Amino acid sequence: MTLRSLLAVLAALMCLASPVMGQSDDTRAATGGAQTLEDILARQRGEDVDDAFRRDAIGDPASAAGIADQLGTLGGVSDPELWRSLRYGDANISVTSRTPAAGVIIQDGGMAWLSFREGPLAHYGGYMLLGVIAAIALFYLIRGRIRIEGERSGATITRFNAVERFGHWLMAGSFVVLAITGLVLLFGRIALIPLFGKDAFAPLAAAGKWAHNNLSWAFMAGLAIVIVVWIAHNLPNRHDLVWLAKGGGLFSKGVHPPARKFNAGQKIIFWSVVVFGLSISLSGLSLLFPFELPMFAKTFAILNGTGLPQLLGFGELPTVLGPHQEMQLAQLWHSIVAFLFIAIIIAHIYLGSIGMEGAFDAVASGEVDVQWAKEHHSLWYEEVTGEAPDHAPAAPAE
Amino acid sequence: MKVMLLAFLTAAVIAVGADFALHRAGFSSQDITSGPAVRLD
Repeated sequence: MTLRSLLAVLAALMCLASPVMGQSDDTRAATGGAQTLEDILARQRGEDVDDAFRRDAIGDPASAAGIADQLGTLGGVSDPELWRSLRYGDANISVTSRTPAAGVIIQDGGMAWLSFREGPLAHYGGYMLLGVIAAIALFYLIRGRIRIEGERSGATITRFNAVERFGHWLMAGSFVVLAITGLVLLFGRIALIPLFGKDAFAPLAAAGKWAHNNLSWAFMAGLAIVIVVWIAHNLPNRHDLVWLAKGGGLFSKGVHPPARKFNAGQKIIFWSVVVFGLSISLSGLSLLFPFELPMFAKTFAILNGTGLPQLLGFGELPTVLGPHQEMQLAQLWHSIVAFLFIAIIIAHIYLGSIGMEGAFDAVASGEVDVQWAKEHHSLWYEEVTGEAPDHAPAAPAE
Repeated sequence: MKVMLLAFLTAAVIAVGADFALHRAGFSSQDITSGPAVRLD
């Protein structure tokens, strides 16, 4: 499977129509076996052209003319054939540089990567984020701020200790900067340069790249802390089903499914952060150390072993990838995960701030109003205080 | 709020420290992929 085919799979995953398979033209008599105008036009239409007639036409040293015969010094390989072998990575070359990608003289995945990055990735990713923001705005207009229904008691209870809040904010603070700088880097050429010009964008991009590269370590440290301190509280339990069945009380007043320290919505956020956070960290490390940490060929081999790609109709995923293909896939995967991650965190930020009265206190001071605790985390309140709350509470995901 | 500010400060310190440490460790592409015969600056 070529990189182009793999990108088509990614496009299909993002609910896009896969590129239409092009009709290969077998009648190349007019061009002496070379590509035809139809081949070129099909490629420009984004269709997948079978290029075996070029890819495999790389000469045959075994049938070379004798060295003293006509063209014998070419070794059975004409100049076009030599260039094709370089173009398709079949040339037996030797380089003095020891860097991992130095042996790749020509790689042709760049345009497919760029097209996907500036096309489906940027467009659908951008639309998704705008859609999430619009949905939240609509939710706010309909539901309004989720208030504490009872009277504030004035007394508080410790919800998150200093270590929990430190881990949360270490990750959250770095995530916000990573998200913004990542979007700036992705949409720079498409949206920002037309807006305020290359001269103004250049320092912004340079600063953004620096911040993105270096704050990644703070994000990973915060992620590690958050996983350690909260994973035990985020294991599923039977209350989660009740919470989910009642929509967590998100959509109606007076509905209060019980919850322990974290409700089902918060657990979804937590596990999303764990899965997306680990995945984006791995692809980020691969990007941070170019060509040093290739991960996709190995991942694809494992996935092929599960039979899942074949079951889903994608066939066998490629297990031999060039260094640049690894980097291109790492970058695309990093961005896809980032979009999903950002979308979820936008919802989390909304419900943890203006969306729900009293929620922000939990991660700001660590102290929440007793009434808030009774309403949103009744079982946790009972565990901590030993008192049964006076009425059964509910909590949308913060 | 103090913890939040401390976390933000820590993130900044980690970022500056990471930049410093990685460059000391020869992290940059310039260090990795070029030799003394290449003039980049």
